[in-house]
Amino acid sequence: MEQEKISRRSFLNKLWMGLGVVAFAEFIVLLVAFFKPRKPRSAPQEQETVVLAGAVDNFERGSVTAFVRGKFYLARLDNGGFLALSRTCTHLGCTVPWVSDENRFVCPCHSSVFDINGDVVDPPAPRALDLFEVRIENNLVNVDTGKRIKRTSFEPNQAAYPKQA
Amino acid sequence: MKIFQSVRSSIRSGSPYAGNDPDDPRKYLKNFLLHFRPTAVPERALSFTLTWALGLASTVLLVLLMASGFLLKFVYEPTPVYAYDSIVHLGRDVPFGQLLRNMHRWSGYALLMTAFLHLLRVFYTSAFHAPRQFNWIIGLGLFTVIVLSNFTGYLLPWDQISYWAITISTSLLDYVPWIGTTIKSWILGGPEPGPATLMNFYAIHTAVLPVMLLFALPFHFWRIRKANGIVIQRAPDEELPLPLPMVNTVPHLVSREIAMTFVVLAAILAVSMVFNAPLAEQANPGMSPNPTKAPWYFMGIQEILMHFHPLFAALIIPATLTAGLLYLPYISYDADTRGVWFCSRKGRKLAFLAAVVAIALTVGLVLLDDLVLSVNTPSPPNLVRNGLLPFLAMLAIGTGVYALARRRLAASKNEAVQAVFTLVMVSFITLTVIGIWFRGAGMQLMWAG
Repeated sequence: MEQEKISRRSFLNKLWMGLGVVAFAEFIVLLVAFFKPRKPRSAPQEQETVVLAGAVDNFERGSVTAFVRGKFYLARLDNGGFLALSRTCTHLGCTVPWVSDENRFVCPCHSSVFDINGDVVDPPAPRALDLFEVRIENNLVNVDTGKRIKRTSFEPNQAAYPKQA
Repeated sequence: MKIFQSVRSSIRSGSPYAGNDPDDPRKYLKNFLLHFRPTAVPERALSFTLTWALGLASTVLLVLLMASGFLLKFVYEPTPVYAYDSIVHLGRDVPFGQLLRNMHRWSGYALLMTAFLHLLRVFYTSAFHAPRQFNWIIGLGLFTVIVLSNFTGYLLPWDQISYWAITISTSLLDYVPWIGTTIKSWILGGPEPGPATLMNFYAIHTAVLPVMLLFALPFHFWRIRKANGIVIQRAPDEELPLPLPMVNTVPHLVSREIAMTFVVLAAILAVSMVFNAPLAEQANPGMSPNPTKAPWYFMGIQEILMHFHPLFAALIIPATLTAGLLYLPYISYDADTRGVWFCSRKGRKLAFLAAVVAIALTVGLVLLDDLVLSVNTPSPPNLVRNGLLPFLAMLAIGTGVYALARRRLAASKNEAVQAVFTLVMVSFITLTVIGIWFRGAGMQLMWAG
């Protein structure tokens, strides 16, 4: 067996280099941990994300109600189903107002248009408005704003329906 | 008082090189600031029509920005609740507070422009050729830091303009595949702009970027000395008479620099006395203003976004341009055109031609897309139709201009590369102008000056 001879000097140099690389990697890990987005200081540990929107009968068919605190719109479709639509435009994150006269959402930033289902009627928005989960219990509409559901377009099974209907 | 004399002489100690001759320029080696400079410079390096004092103006503006920024730090509070109020307080209650804010704002914008013009000057005088290749790269780095400084500072007033400009600018990152959304949430400190965003931007704006500038700028200057000073302006086909006649840095260069420093300070002061820095209502995350625009220096990118698939507008086009700028000094050019404006007379004609073509083409294509193509196909942007195809068309135009200049017009490589650079730069400037002044409510094409 032929062994390459490593002098003590080069061995120690390599050792120092290796340790240096390890120390640098540790430093990077520390930086990453330090800068990772954290929970805001003021927020409680387990923030309540479920918003009680109200009784089913409070919402007329074909109407859209804004919930400022939850940052969503509750849309009641013509067939009685409920959708909780994010108010954030999927194009560049502007807040989309509901224009009730025209029965559609019109983004003021780059004039994307969405219908009551959140579907894109007019670009540049690339996909339908995000959804939040709607749960109907005892005829009360609850919206879980903790989970944002991304989608490309509206499908009928995305809506939640009250039991009797 | 003997003590004062001995303290004074301890500060201005004698240099081992300097004699007692008052006319010996080496006596300035005693001076801390002047010892960064050579004692003598070529007389022709003083030519104003080479540099237009753009590097000096940028440096002066940087010092002014740091000085005014220090003062602003004593008033500003980086929290969403108080940021806006502290800016209002600054303008209303603090003596000269509004003037101070105006100076900081206009100096920041002016620095962007002088640095950009400096970049153009260096390019069009071939001053980025060897041995100054790497200083071009450092300069691009400095320019990036300046843009980021402007961008992070833009959010700090926390008004409707700044909040939504930062919202849409950072939302561009969502279109960068795989890592974009993660990077965005790191920059913002969460999914959307909030208290963490303001803290991040404040720290980056007032500590990270200024320190980066303070380290990189002396490096930039030192490389100029390593290259034996700035490039010497000469007429096309002129051979430089060597050795060049030299003049003493003091007073010939320094007096010119002091004069230009005062011109810059006076200009900023005059503008700041007349025009107030914009401040809209306090930021309201529930209501986007119409139209919402990115900061003006990103309007070119926003305009590209109006016509291209976001993946191309946010990532592929900026990455291609950046790679091109980095590669420029390392192309093997076939002529030594250092110090000659636009390489040659033919180069000047070609560059002018390229600029005209760029303006006509950009305006024409924007109108075509807005008035014809988008109206007929109102559907979400498609990766091939709105991304790949127009991008390849742009590449083809660039390559076509290069080939045309080389083959048909028998241009040198320097002149042909210059023509393509001009095409791209003037197109980008045209897009920026369209975005700033010709996009109104709903981002419709109209006069919106």
